Amino acid sequence: MVSFILRRILVSILILIAASFLMYVMVGYSADPLQDLTSSNSPNKQQLINARVSLLDLDVPPPLRWVLWLGGVAKCAVPFANACDLGSTVSKAQVVDILPNALAATVQLVTFALVLAILLGVTIGIITALRQYSGLDNTVTFVSFFLYSLPAFLVAVLLKEFIAIGFNDFLRDPVIGGLALVVIGLVIGAIWQSLLGGDAKRRLVVFLVSGLATSGVLLLMSATGWFMHPGLGAIPIILLVAAIALGSATLLAGLRNRRALITAGINAAIALVAYFTLQPLFDISSAGTLFILALATAAVGLVSGFLAGGYDRGQNMRVGLVTALLSGAVVLLDRFMQSWGDLLTATNGRPIATVGSKTPGLSGDVWLGGLDAFAHLTLPTIALLLISFAGYTRYSRAGMLEVLSLDYIRTARAKGLPERTVIVRHAFRNMLIPLTTLVAFDVGALLGGAIITEKVFAIPGMGSLFNAGLQRGDLNPVMGYFLIVAAMAITFNFLADMAYAGLDPRVRIR
Amino acid sequence: MSTPTGLGATPPEIPADELAVASSVPESQGRLIWRRFVGNKVAVASVIILLLIILFSFSAIGIGPIPGWWQYGYKALNPQVNGGNPTLSLVPQFLGGNGISLGEHPFGQDRIGKDYFAMTMRGIQNSALVMVVLGLIATVVGVVVGAIAGYYRGTVDAILMRVTDVFIVIPALVIGSVVGHWFGALGAPVLAIMLGFFSWMGIARLVRGEFLSLREREFVEAARVAGASDMRIIFKHILPNAMGVVIVSATLIMASAILLETALSYLGYGIRSPDVSLGLLISSNQSAFQTRPWLFWWPGAFIVSLALLVNFVGDGLRDAFDPRHRRFKLSKMRETRPEPEPELETQP
Repeated sequence: MVSFILRRILVSILILIAASFLMYVMVGYSADPLQDLTSSNSPNKQQLINARVSLLDLDVPPPLRWVLWLGGVAKCAVPFANACDLGSTVSKAQVVDILPNALAATVQLVTFALVLAILLGVTIGIITALRQYSGLDNTVTFVSFFLYSLPAFLVAVLLKEFIAIGFNDFLRDPVIGGLALVVIGLVIGAIWQSLLGGDAKRRLVVFLVSGLATSGVLLLMSATGWFMHPGLGAIPIILLVAAIALGSATLLAGLRNRRALITAGINAAIALVAYFTLQPLFDISSAGTLFILALATAAVGLVSGFLAGGYDRGQNMRVGLVTALLSGAVVLLDRFMQSWGDLLTATNGRPIATVGSKTPGLSGDVWLGGLDAFAHLTLPTIALLLISFAGYTRYSRAGMLEVLSLDYIRTARAKGLPERTVIVRHAFRNMLIPLTTLVAFDVGALLGGAIITEKVFAIPGMGSLFNAGLQRGDLNPVMGYFLIVAAMAITFNFLADMAYAGLDPRVRIR
Repeated sequence: MSTPTGLGATPPEIPADELAVASSVPESQGRLIWRRFVGNKVAVASVIILLLIILFSFSAIGIGPIPGWWQYGYKALNPQVNGGNPTLSLVPQFLGGNGISLGEHPFGQDRIGKDYFAMTMRGIQNSALVMVVLGLIATVVGVVVGAIAGYYRGTVDAILMRVTDVFIVIPALVIGSVVGHWFGALGAPVLAIMLGFFSWMGIARLVRGEFLSLREREFVEAARVAGASDMRIIFKHILPNAMGVVIVSATLIMASAILLETALSYLGYGIRSPDVSLGLLISSNQSAFQTRPWLFWWPGAFIVSLALLVNFVGDGLRDAFDPRHRRFKLSKMRETRPEPEPELETQP
């Protein structure tokens, strides 16, 4: 096992070095870092050219220059020496200094997009697999084909032009018209009835209830000016937390499992108590406090599940964890919403930004900053996640169908297990195994896709670093970008192989 | 989607695979697959519409020096008609419209008066060209690399697969940008060829996998005993059996080729002005979205339709070559499922 891992790491490093040579030579021969100087007509032109040639070693041909560059990169391997040297840009900034900020922006974007794409894609994939060849399944199949065929830049531009500008215009006079209410109600009702399924009567009831509820809530929100002063308030929070507790208990353990219900109830109660008592603490919170609170929430969920006992403690702990985290998220959401008014004033009433990753000159607490980041990153994240979302629905649908056709599922059904247990505990877990490989591939695709998204939304991340560097013929930032992206792709592939071997006992590591 | 031509004439609606099982005359593998593909209406309709669109674009503005039936070229400047608005009208007169007519500039004009219909057609031509050339080159390179690696195994396989790993580490858009930055100015054919040499990795891995299993089969052994050379075994005996994988993934490469070319042109690394690409049209008219939205909609609609049609064809081919994953139906199992019983967890 250890020798396998060591061998894999060694091979990965060699591949990375070879790929960097390929990339370096290609960019080196295609790019002209002197183009802005040769076309300038400043009096000391020759001097400037000479200075840049000596700064970037341009008199050395690219294959040999790569050796010099690699020597600088090799210094990164020395631990704690801080001797990394990735070269400098044409404007004499060190690549090592500009990488971290760009990296932070891109990692934020890609992580959210990846997590959301997996959550949504797998959920929808499973639901469509369970309702194979239904109207919902066919619709989702068509939509995912459509998304496969939709170029990322088109999505990004459309989101920017319609959603961002449309929503900001809507906020000027936030009243939803009668016709819009009816249409939204019909659409939401249709979606819910196809998701929940069942016979005609049940579908009709679901359609009416969900449609009317949606329209009603929207009417209430519109009439009370909710969009200008959003917030959840005590009663909606109690309802939401109760729904979360019931939902996670139903999904993970089934309603007949009393201990799971008790665990969910305890966590919901704790979340509500926290909501009423922690508000003063929230007002002085920083990102660090919130992180500690999140850890504490997770711990409470796990411990309460463990203490609730029963002979399946693992299941109770999962119920507790999910309930605690989701309820905590609702409480946080409410607190974030309270800062909405501040953001509206700071942005002149147009909060959803189309450019950049934060409002320039905005200073405020963690809530205002978080909300501002949300307003800036929502649309780029959506644009990015649509690239991989379709892939996850297709793979998880196919995977679920394949697993469901296996003999052990028939055995599970034959011995009388309820359908929930068959799907969640038997089929779902085995379906997840092949997805690990897809995730690894997807990370590379998302990092590449960030080039386009960052260009459309003018986010100063890794993608725009690459783009600007390539356009200026600036080799070192392009290579800095490549190094990070390729290393991430290789790491995720490696982790996926490890996870695969860990999850699937049939795969043996030699 | 409905079937547009001829196909509706086939009288009995029997699924292709059942028909094949029922008939007593044995059928060749190729005919079986062909029947399954023709039975898939969406895929057949997609092939026809795709060919029609491409034919339409080539006949409209011609190829190179040969002129087409459309009066304007994609480079010529024309006087502004109707403020550059599209003159295409599709609502017949008896419905209160202006009748079905193309008008002077059916897709409108851009800011400097170029005919947008001709530009869009040129963009479709370039997309089709890149799709076919890139797909062919990537397929040929991928098949050769994969076949040699899978057939010879051992050291050859290890070296070729490590080379594949080196190429696969770089995300497609990144390597595409660099290639496009280098060769984009030389025109669409050169760009397509060069991009093809950086898109073969997926197909090589798939073909290698197929070859690794096929080379152990008896018919390969028989060919070797009969004295066939390695090249003959690879290309005459094994490759025809791996054709399903090759054709399906070639189609999927073609679909992603369309998206790659438009994305590169959008970033400025693909096809350059004065030539036209659908991605370039969107990128250069993005700022005019509020005032002249049609400059955005036409190229966008054609990118999506081209890619969608190719994807449908690829899906139809996959089903024709590998109908296994269509056989299982959950709904049949559901009917025989017993009522849920009390859960295990609650029992003491």
